[in-house]
Amino acid sequence: MPDLGKYAVEVLAAYGVTLVLLAGIVALSLYQARRSKRDLNRFEGHDDA
Amino acid sequence: MSLWEYANPRRFMAVSGRVLPWLGWLTGLTLAIGLIWGFFFTPDDYRQGSTVKIIYLHVPAAMIAINAWGMMLVASLVWLIRRHHVSALAARAAAPVGLTMTAIALATGAIWGQPMWGTWWVWDPRLTSFLILCLFYLGYIALWNAIEDTDTAADLTSILCLVGSVFAALSRYAVNFWNQGLHQGASLSMDAKENVSNVFYIPLLFAIAGFILLFLTLVLLRTRTEIRSRRLVALKLRERMAHA
Repeated sequence: MPDLGKYAVEVLAAYGVTLVLLAGIVALSLYQARRSKRDLNRFEGHDDA
Repeated sequence: MSLWEYANPRRFMAVSGRVLPWLGWLTGLTLAIGLIWGFFFTPDDYRQGSTVKIIYLHVPAAMIAINAWGMMLVASLVWLIRRHHVSALAARAAAPVGLTMTAIALATGAIWGQPMWGTWWVWDPRLTSFLILCLFYLGYIALWNAIEDTDTAADLTSILCLVGSVFAALSRYAVNFWNQGLHQGASLSMDAKENVSNVFYIPLLFAIAGFILLFLTLVLLRTRTEIRSRRLVALKLRERMAHA
């Protein structure tokens, strides 16, 4: 861990907020992708892949 | 091979399905190199101290926030002129990613601004136009969700996208238009004298490349989701009409 000095809170907060937002959009996109694929496969009568 | 071949949903699904896994791995690798290098292995700035490490988040996110709207503008124009559904769906797919990048740029900017400027927020031209761009993203997403008919939604959101492009351009060039405000000029430019020092520059390039790849990966993934959802709606409608 680098020595962030007196700005440690600001730097860690910036990285924390960014990683949470990026993880959120990635997780949401993957969840929606899986759900749409499952629903379409189910409707078309294919096995859920 | 013509670019318009990818306007065919079947062709788009086949090609994007092959490209996505590789793009995902490349995105993870590039982002990891940029952020780990920037956070752990770069020195503090002599004036800004360790807050300079926020540059690896703030600058790439702001660049993507503006350019995502540019990509949506091109896709919207393709929809309005050539009526290719994939382009309208790609614009819709890009909006939540652009919104996320705008939120990251605003949040990291405020966190960085507090110790450097002594305030979280000022009604500076660049900050204000960025906030309006954020509101345009929200309005664009809300409009897509509010209209059931996909073609009508694509028409109206494309017009909204054209209007919002003014603020996307302002976000980028506000500092040049109005020579006032707290926000500095571009961190990267074709003029080497204006660029940040090399010790920060190379990891910043990796972080920017990582954010660009992440945007492309998510837009491809989300466009595939939109195409599947649209197909499901069409199949349900066809079945309902067959039984009517």
